[in-house]
Amino acid sequence: MDTALALHRFQFAFTITFHYLFVQLTLGLGFLIFVLKTVALVKKDEHYNECARFWARIFAVNFALGVVTGIPMEFQFGTNWSRFSRDAGAVIGHTLAMEGLYTFFLESTFLGFMLYGEQMLGRVGHWGASAAVWIGSWMSGYLIVATDAWMQHPTGYRIGAGGKILLTSWWSLIFNEWAVWQFVHTILGGIVTGCFAMAGIGAFYVFLKRSEKYARAFLGVGVTVGLIAAILVAFPTGDTQGKLVARNQPIKLAAMEGHFTTEPSSAIAILGQPDVNAHKLDNPFMVPGVLSFIVHGNWTKEVKGLTDYPRDLWPDNIPLLYYAFHIMVGLGTVFIGVLSLCALQLWRGKLAETKLLLWALVLLMPLPYVANTAGWMTAEMGRQPWIIYGLMRTADGVSPHVSSGSALFTLLGFLGIYTLLFMLGLFLIWRILEQGPEHVVEAGE
Amino acid sequence: MLPIIWFCIVAVMVAIYVVLDGFDLGAGIVQLCVARTAAERRLVLKSIGPVWDGNEVWLLAGGGALYFAFPALYASAFSGFYLPLMMVLWLLILRGIAIEFRNQISNALWTPFWDVVFALASGLLAIFFGAALGNVVRGVPLDANHEFFLPLWTNFLPGKDAGILDWYTVLVGLFAFFTLALHGALWVNLKTEGELQQRARRVARVAWAAVAAFTLIVTIASFSIQPHLAASFAALPLGFVFPILALAGLAGSITFLLRRKDGSAFLASCLYIVGMLTSVVFGVFPSVLPSNGDPNFSLTVANASAPDYGLGVGIAWFLPGIVLVAAYFTFVYRKFSGKVSLEGGGH
Repeated sequence: MDTALALHRFQFAFTITFHYLFVQLTLGLGFLIFVLKTVALVKKDEHYNECARFWARIFAVNFALGVVTGIPMEFQFGTNWSRFSRDAGAVIGHTLAMEGLYTFFLESTFLGFMLYGEQMLGRVGHWGASAAVWIGSWMSGYLIVATDAWMQHPTGYRIGAGGKILLTSWWSLIFNEWAVWQFVHTILGGIVTGCFAMAGIGAFYVFLKRSEKYARAFLGVGVTVGLIAAILVAFPTGDTQGKLVARNQPIKLAAMEGHFTTEPSSAIAILGQPDVNAHKLDNPFMVPGVLSFIVHGNWTKEVKGLTDYPRDLWPDNIPLLYYAFHIMVGLGTVFIGVLSLCALQLWRGKLAETKLLLWALVLLMPLPYVANTAGWMTAEMGRQPWIIYGLMRTADGVSPHVSSGSALFTLLGFLGIYTLLFMLGLFLIWRILEQGPEHVVEAGE
Repeated sequence: MLPIIWFCIVAVMVAIYVVLDGFDLGAGIVQLCVARTAAERRLVLKSIGPVWDGNEVWLLAGGGALYFAFPALYASAFSGFYLPLMMVLWLLILRGIAIEFRNQISNALWTPFWDVVFALASGLLAIFFGAALGNVVRGVPLDANHEFFLPLWTNFLPGKDAGILDWYTVLVGLFAFFTLALHGALWVNLKTEGELQQRARRVARVAWAAVAAFTLIVTIASFSIQPHLAASFAALPLGFVFPILALAGLAGSITFLLRRKDGSAFLASCLYIVGMLTSVVFGVFPSVLPSNGDPNFSLTVANASAPDYGLGVGIAWFLPGIVLVAAYFTFVYRKFSGKVSLEGGGH
């Protein structure tokens, strides 16, 4: 791979991964704040309103970082991927333009009311503002997932003069089957991140023996919603996505499973290190027949291995793709296990006394970020060597006149600025946590 | 026909962006000289706090509309202006963080630091945007694929080998700086009281004088550098309505300012900005990005646009969307109308 292409790819990967750290918490927390506001309204329990006010403070810091790191994403389609934009902009420009018009305006208008307008709008009005912010963030997520889904599984297009890709059906762009499943899977992943944040901070306050009333509410909402979301992430949304990949992108499937050779009954790899040149997994721990079952619903039907496909159609970083997929699945399984135990103790009314599970909740807080990132890495690295699956290679989508020197200059700039943003974000959120819910709720009144 | 309609929609969205985000960028530019104490600076921030983010969304929404309606222009311009656009992104990031994080902590180190970041980023953004407009008027070295790449500067001469910055585009950058300074000072004047308002008035008067002088100089320079401008106005004299609107706005802003009609002075400044931008668009049309070499390589409304099917569908989702946006803006500007005070939450 030439240097400029590698740098353009790395810059996009880095900026979108960093951006998505904030986005996933927004997707989850926006919904949870809405849930808290709804419970407060329905049960007429002011305590849930106070909980919402505390989380809105954290949401504000996180949302600001999401907004400022989001602006470069839209720009980079043009700056770094100009050939892709020139030829496919008439299609994916729709979803990106609609995102601006339908969601950014909605969010930016009502975020201010959600943060500072509780007295101005009254109980129901303020509940409405939190709903608007939540809906805006999910709609924005849908339109971006639809954009990605079209790159994964292009539909509703034809090729026009000069290789330009022309839209022929707006409906199949918007309601691409791929987009619908990927969206639900993605949103649930965000909810898991939000729930682990909420439950983990609840556990943190239990250990510190402060804000106990808040801690109990955080644990209750975080564990309950989190368990439901963690199960739905795996089944049916994750499972269905796997089947879509098997049907439409069999090479990606073989690569992410580390499946090199075709066999009548294909085993699934739980552990092992891919040796791409030798076409095998080292130190494998395999379960026979399971891959066949997942793909075909049949234990003995063959699943094609990588060696059945031409080498120039293989993704270019198979080991990382394989690990990303296995990390996502492994962590997802851990989340379901831990949250099930927490839910059991919660139901018995003993969660706040079960130190081991509280420790697990505190320590697991960063891991949904890892799982969500690994999931996106699986989707996008598995799409390689295509920028639009089967239509345009990534190497053909890059800006031809932006040199590797210019690309490295801006990559270093982003690395520097984003390091600063990361430290600022951690520092400000830690400060809010240390001040505690009571302080925040009083200051906000 | 559809490409022309979308050309007008994108032009209007960009103009709305400059008018709306222009006043909060301008408030940032003048903040350090009109507001002396931390409390006064907070008042300036509160005057734009509830609306700046929504104003900036016009840049993203306008950019999105440009992307889908004129993909070839988006691709060519964004990759050709690679370095300055990336710097614009960094400035937008720093400015957004400064506004949102300044009041998270109040102490003698944190607050003034973010005030200075806010002012510097606002001023530099105005200069960058102005220089970008200057590049569109002057033209860029497009090749047969309608692609180009420009270094930041070469010899500062607006000839064939010009960089992004030459004496002409720097001049337009400074012009934009003073135009938004005036616009921002008139906004602060409208939203505040007492000494802060008095200082905003003084700054507005100085900025107005600079804007008037720059209007004359930049107009002469533009017509001498881009002959197409004169040709456009000669071909269709009706186009003179745009510069006349601009001049009316310029005259109105100082007249109303001196008569203490603060709202009208601000609206006149909006009119001035819209008049100047539409004059440029009219003068450059039908190019959207002229070539400064072979005129056949210019990007035009016709050769940069997406096909009709997509543009037609776009109208169908654009109309309901823009009605919603108008409703949001009416709601938020009504709720936050009147003078700002230090009481209550917010920025």
